[in-house]
Amino acid sequence: MTENGQSTSVFVLSTVVRNPNILAPLRRSAAIAPLDVAIDALVRDGDAIALEGFTHLIPFAAAHEIIRQGRRDLTLVRMTPDVIYDQLIGMGCARRLVFSWGGNPGVGSLHRFRDAVERGWPEPLELEEHSHAGMANRYAAGASGLPFAVLRGYAGSDLTSQTDSIRTIVCPFTSESLAAVSALNPDVAVIHAQQADTRGNVQLWGISGVQKEAVLAARRALVTVEELVERLQPRPGAVVLPAWAIDYVSVVPDGAHPSYAHGYSERDNEFYVAWDAISRDRETFRQWMEANVLGV
Amino acid sequence: MSSGSDADWTAEEMMTVAAARALHDGAVCFVGIGLPSTAANLARRVHAPGLVLVYESGTLGAKPAFLPLSIGDGILAESADAVVGVVETFNYWLQPGRIDIGFLAGAQLDRFANINTTVIGDSYDAPRVRLPGAGGAPEIAASCREVLIVMRQSPRAFVERIDFVTSVGYGKGGDDRERHGFIGAGPTTVITDVGILEPDPETRELVLTHLHPGTTLADAQAATGWELVASPALEHTPPPTALELSTLRKLEWTKAGRSTAGVS
Repeated sequence: MTENGQSTSVFVLSTVVRNPNILAPLRRSAAIAPLDVAIDALVRDGDAIALEGFTHLIPFAAAHEIIRQGRRDLTLVRMTPDVIYDQLIGMGCARRLVFSWGGNPGVGSLHRFRDAVERGWPEPLELEEHSHAGMANRYAAGASGLPFAVLRGYAGSDLTSQTDSIRTIVCPFTSESLAAVSALNPDVAVIHAQQADTRGNVQLWGISGVQKEAVLAARRALVTVEELVERLQPRPGAVVLPAWAIDYVSVVPDGAHPSYAHGYSERDNEFYVAWDAISRDRETFRQWMEANVLGV
Repeated sequence: MSSGSDADWTAEEMMTVAAARALHDGAVCFVGIGLPSTAANLARRVHAPGLVLVYESGTLGAKPAFLPLSIGDGILAESADAVVGVVETFNYWLQPGRIDIGFLAGAQLDRFANINTTVIGDSYDAPRVRLPGAGGAPEIAASCREVLIVMRQSPRAFVERIDFVTSVGYGKGGDDRERHGFIGAGPTTVITDVGILEPDPETRELVLTHLHPGTTLADAQAATGWELVASPALEHTPPPTALELSTLRKLEWTKAGRSTAGVS
């Protein structure tokens, strides 16, 4: 296990109180802890976990820690599986994938994802497949404490016959036929942000994706951050998540690489291009993971 | 589909230029990565300076100085009029019909412009090829005022029957699209490396309306898995202008991630 060394003092260990009648967990405050401690405390075998970030702020370091801790049978939830889930899938951590677009953006296929679906390597992968609009609305319903969301979507698409979490409902006011999608309430959400303050309040900015919804929909949440600051400077358009909506904060500079943190780093586009060759072959992939993730 | 073999531009460049020309100044355009992003940025530089680019990462009115590799590169957020969350992008901006033009592509297309981006093969559970999936496409196809499809034309891609309907064009043809209650008009133009196809106003079957310079009707038919019909008013696409070509090449040269693009 790595010691990040940035912040080893655990201020408050929050207790997650789970009452089946209360959708939102009672969180008192975020604990600031090293990444390995936070992942160990939050992620269990068999959990449904959402590591979100729409191209920007993808929490790669947290995924690598999950791989190092050897979690298995995970349901991976994410709009765009991206290289981060290609790695988790290829390392045999996943049993099921809930997603809407599984490619390497601007480059091509996710080879580990394809190998799992097409050939069952290293494990067969069950799919629960949506569109972006459907996934975004499922998170919003989960964050809102509603059982489903409604949208104009999926009409005429064969997705409706493959995915149980898509149904058709009739509007009680206009009698229009609309799509209903069931809420997503992952066991754990993990996101990356630019800053947290010493009390565990988090601020992120730039392309903000569905991270706010994912954190508020999940039963437990971890935020990795570029840096800890004494006081957050309010920024126009930023997403602020108060400490009491989060369980753990871990300081992990460059924890989104090869994704990026606006204002701190640039997207490593050359790595995304290089991933195509690294991931195409099972052995090359394993060797890369040994050298760059497991051995770190 | 060897167009322009003796010209000083490639079929791919002709396709991108034709796609850019389909974008009129002032339109609000929902842009996917790859050729649509290239075409939209080309249009903004050549003939449509007021084109509004919306990327599904939530960057509204992005004006990137160079081509991004992904829909979420930092250059898009830095140059945007507004950056909004993904829920807002789809629910507030796309769903009510605020976007004029949506760009789509796919692995397979049928004669009624339905698109498959999900699986190749007879079985969803055991596909021959697992494709990336839907992304924003089903709702873009439903809710943009019109849809442009840009795809390389081949018998493997332009097929009699697609293996999976991810996004609906004209369904089974005729007025089948209307049955779904979509806000948008559907695919109005299909731009390929051979020519341009448009739906017949009655049957909604795609017919060939333009051939790019250097291609023939026989080329287009050989590249199509159904019996492709040509419009009686079949025209030739004007070749790329010097300005279009030089601007396009400069854009491609500055594309993010380009320096190692040969790795795969």
